Amino acid sequence: MSRSPLPYSSKILELFRNPKNLGRMEDATVSAVAGSPACGDMIAFYLKITEDEIIEKATFESYGCAANIATSSITTEMIKGKRIEDAWKVSWKEIADQVGGLPTVKFHCGILAVGALRRAIREYYKKKGEKPSWLSEEISFEEKHALEEEELAKTLSKKIGGK
Amino acid sequence: MFESVDELIRAHEGIEREVYLDLENSSPIPMEIVEAMIPYFSERAYGNPTLTHKPGWMAYETIQKASQQVARYIGAASCEEINFTPGETESNNLALVGTAMANKEKGNKVVISEIEPLSIDFSSKILERYGFKVDKVPVDGEGFVNLKKLSRIIDGETVLVSIMLVNHEIGTIEPIKEAVEIAKEKNPEVLFHTDASDAYGKIPINVKELGVDLITLNSYKILGPRGISALYVREGAKVERLLEGQLGTQRLWPGVENIPLVMGFLKASELAFKNLEENVSHMTRLRDRLMNGILEEISDALLNGPKEDKRAPDNVNISFLHCEGESLTIELSLKGVYVSSGSACTRRILQPSHVMTAIGRKFEEAHGSILMKVTRYHTDEDLKYVLKVFPEAVERLKAMSPTKGGVN
Repeated sequence: MSRSPLPYSSKILELFRNPKNLGRMEDATVSAVAGSPACGDMIAFYLKITEDEIIEKATFESYGCAANIATSSITTEMIKGKRIEDAWKVSWKEIADQVGGLPTVKFHCGILAVGALRRAIREYYKKKGEKPSWLSEEISFEEKHALEEEELAKTLSKKIGGK
Repeated sequence: MFESVDELIRAHEGIEREVYLDLENSSPIPMEIVEAMIPYFSERAYGNPTLTHKPGWMAYETIQKASQQVARYIGAASCEEINFTPGETESNNLALVGTAMANKEKGNKVVISEIEPLSIDFSSKILERYGFKVDKVPVDGEGFVNLKKLSRIIDGETVLVSIMLVNHEIGTIEPIKEAVEIAKEKNPEVLFHTDASDAYGKIPINVKELGVDLITLNSYKILGPRGISALYVREGAKVERLLEGQLGTQRLWPGVENIPLVMGFLKASELAFKNLEENVSHMTRLRDRLMNGILEEISDALLNGPKEDKRAPDNVNISFLHCEGESLTIELSLKGVYVSSGSACTRRILQPSHVMTAIGRKFEEAHGSILMKVTRYHTDEDLKYVLKVFPEAVERLKAMSPTKGGVN
């Protein structure tokens, strides 16, 4: 219940001030969202994917803290030009490294970014009506985390928030 | 991780103006208060007030006079009723736990409100561990305690009621006089504590008029030094110490008295009370300018707490939708405006401020809440600057948010 000091890295501050690939993409192949306003933490990814399954362009929108904005922004940079299968493999730890480290209480921002990205990828294959062999049926830890965060915020806000 | 703090600070270079509005969480101490403290570190009254030599007697005289003066500001009968402690947290723990434990043979119930500061809210959990039953009185949408419910909750087993005089987050001035009357009518034995940290030096306080038995006063909320506070305990009210050790002049708090901090607290009180009416009207005018300026300029903004004379003269608290609070504190910081937020963002538990949820704010409304307090030192120029950068900050963050239009 304590407030922890948040000595953000200069990279996080830089991305907070000048985020890359910000904004909605009207002609996105697929998009997905994770988190919710009730969580205080929400990310939307928009992906433009070529026919041979390469992420040509990625953009994001974010409602959340500086770490949320920075991790979303760096994720779009990290997956640009990647094959979908390789984008799937991007881990939240790599994202955290790329932003110069995350304070412990902000690890979930990196996890949420991966959760949102994987949702978008699943959505892509769902739309396409196929499932590549490398894509597991079982949802990953990061996707589960996003779900749990959304559920928890919903339950708590029903219990104690808003009259 | 710590190297980066330096870079964070450097990112602020070249800002046009700095306006510190985070008086809730700490304050800069005006130089005249610092100067009032300095002689007491090494030149005057540096002795221990309980010892029999000149520096000791000087210290005794100093702390007695300071107690008398503080007693006078709140209309207390005697300086014996003032106990200096190291902070609001300590005073509130002493008031709650020390009073309930000292009166436990009379009953095992304690009543607080839903919007108390954490030093009351959390110390009530200590009492639960000791077997007390703690009830929380709900508040309405503006933060006013429900007096009917208060009356219903209090019974013969209630030993203590603690409801703050002014809410620290939303500035609600609670009807404490009425609450005391109701409480004592239901059970004349009940002791009544009020945390007046956000009221002292901002609205007139008279313990006899209010009818309370204990009051917490705080130094840094009136621009005094941190690390010093006072708990008024009416003569005859039973309270026991939480800590044991060498007792000095402070009946309820052992240890060596910190005279320089007491003098800083005293000077801060003097300055707050010297021109109380003038100070209050200055703060009220700035408060309303800040509040109305933001509400008129920025859409999707909601005022938290009441208006006009039911609100503390210094408090502004506004929720911004589509805009998360922690981000907004950073964005404003980069423009030299320092504020705080009731967002859950620095906690991992996803729960925003309990005050926000108690007044019925939804989570997303609470996450976007910003708390600001003005002082007699703020100027119209300061506010002009704040009102210039605020809409820009909100607009930039709002533009990033996916919460407005939804995704395709």
